[in-house]
Amino acid sequence: MTGTSSDARLITPTMLGTWLVLATVPLWISAVGLYPYIGVEIVIWSIYALAFNLLLGTSGLPSFGHGAFFGVGAYAFGLTQFNIAANIWVSLAGALLAGAFAGLLVGLFIAHRRGIYFALMTIAFGQIFWTISVKWHSVTGGEDGLLNIARLPVNLGVVSFDITDNDALYYFVLAVFAVVVVLLWRLVNSPYGRILSAIRQSEVRTAHLGYNVWLYKLSVIVLSAAFSGFAGGLFAMAQRSAFPDVMNLAQSGLIVMMTLVGGGLVSFWGPVIGVIVFLIARDVIGAATNAWMLYFGTMFVLLVLFRPEGIAGTAKLIAERWRSRSATPAVLSSETRSG
Amino acid sequence: MALIEADGIHVRFGDRVVLEEINLSVNEGELHGIMGPNGAGKTTFFNTLTGSVKPSRGRIRLDGSDIAGLDPHAIARKGVARSFQIMTLFNDFTAQENVMVALPAFRARGFDVHRAVAGDTALADEANAVLASVGLGAKAAISAKLLSYGERRALEIAVALAQRPRVLCLDEPTSGLGTDGTLRLADLIGALKGKLTIVAVEHDMRFLFSLADRISVIHWGQVVARGTPRELQENPWVKRSNLGSFG
Ligand SMILES: Nc1ncnc2c1ncn2[C@@H]1O[C@H](COP(=O)(O)OP(=O)(O)O)[C@@H](O)[C@H]1O
Ligand SMILES: [Mg+2]
Repeated sequence: MTGTSSDARLITPTMLGTWLVLATVPLWISAVGLYPYIGVEIVIWSIYALAFNLLLGTSGLPSFGHGAFFGVGAYAFGLTQFNIAANIWVSLAGALLAGAFAGLLVGLFIAHRRGIYFALMTIAFGQIFWTISVKWHSVTGGEDGLLNIARLPVNLGVVSFDITDNDALYYFVLAVFAVVVVLLWRLVNSPYGRILSAIRQSEVRTAHLGYNVWLYKLSVIVLSAAFSGFAGGLFAMAQRSAFPDVMNLAQSGLIVMMTLVGGGLVSFWGPVIGVIVFLIARDVIGAATNAWMLYFGTMFVLLVLFRPEGIAGTAKLIAERWRSRSATPAVLSSETRSG
Repeated sequence: MALIEADGIHVRFGDRVVLEEINLSVNEGELHGIMGPNGAGKTTFFNTLTGSVKPSRGRIRLDGSDIAGLDPHAIARKGVARSFQIMTLFNDFTAQENVMVALPAFRARGFDVHRAVAGDTALADEANAVLASVGLGAKAAISAKLLSYGERRALEIAVALAQRPRVLCLDEPTSGLGTDGTLRLADLIGALKGKLTIVAVEHDMRFLFSLADRISVIHWGQVVARGTPRELQENPWVKRSNLGSFG
């Protein structure tokens, strides 16, 4: 659960299960009629969604312009590769740092805000970054995008793997995903994560307990932007290009939608569930009808209206009902007693 | 010896003056009651003491050094804790988690992203001890939103106590409690008396007059009467305004 309960384990059974299932994807993905590349997308967008949810679910900060950080990372990956070093680690570090820097820049303007004002400011900044990516032709290539970004070899010192092939790329991003999951899981279960969750519940009380709420918010904006930029770097490498459209308002809205649908407000894994459901729905419903966004949008609206806790939250609720049905009435009455 | 001292505090919202000039000095170990009609500015005074409202004039001295205008977190770190008239708890946290984040030991690790909170028995034990001190020892694992109203009122105070404050500001701690709950809370605060400096806004006269060393009456943005409970009962202003009528 996001911040509400703490878990001291470095690696959980859910993690292991998720990694294992994901590791088998290339074996059966074509057999069920899906494009193999969807696996790469799912894993990269999952990193992005988990990073995004550090703000929305953990800290209660609604960022509606998060595509800016993803996009900045995508361009930074390409630009680092072209201008600094054609090395995958250097380029990924470039994406991470560019995301962090963009986050710092935006955070300095918005970290003292909350709620709707925070959300509106993120939209404004998202539009600014998008406009820059379109207009600054000499650096970003404008609407034509940044092309010929290479899938650089994964250099591990003694050995080096080629990831130009989609399956190889998939296992690389999956390994990266595993590391990111462990790091973020640690983070949300740490004292720092607990304070972010406290800020979500009451900024006022948290401040009066002696916490510099502004600094916590600024730091988590930077962290979220850094991991989003990192995901953007992986995305640029996978797509072999970077375009302004990942930064536009609609694309920024998608990550919000995926995270909410999956249940990011109540579950660590919610964003991942949302990404999987969304991307599979896109391919499956999208194959049948062009109006697939209409169906997904309708589902989103219904979910937000009736099940704001999303898929993960609903599953949790059902599990709890199931458990409480078999619990003794005495236990229940002592917990619900009021006086 | 005054531990906390407000000197000529003036607060306005726009052109509306809420606090004209508040002078108040609370000695170390004293329990100082504050009363006054609704809208008199008692909560605003607490907001000013603890940093969420900046006074346009006046000083607040804690142990001699000026803290007026500092941010809430800075004032909290200097040892001033508060409870809220409108309960402000972390509803998704358990009672234990609510108290735990308030501990100075937890605050010292606020930017720690490596170690997990779970399994830290020292923090949990310390939080449980605070809960036990307000009678919530058995409720540690229960979500704050599932506690009864009275238990939530107690937790509201436990969170402030967990800060290990030098000065504890309680804003209408009995608000919404029945007779039983009020008596229980009076016991609790009575037990704290003398151990730390307490400033308590309270409308329950019996509660305040039985516990306070001194009481200040705030009205029209000023302290209009001050004294020991005995002195105040004789105070003509208090009598006239019917604030002193209690059983
Ligand atoms: N942030 C604020 N902005 C404008 N007016 C305020 C604000 N806070 C309090 N007030 C006004 O100041 C007056 C005193 O309020 P308050 O301090 O809550 O009184 P009390 O706690 O004594 O009942 C009220 O009239 C209230 O409406
Ligand atoms: Mg009040």
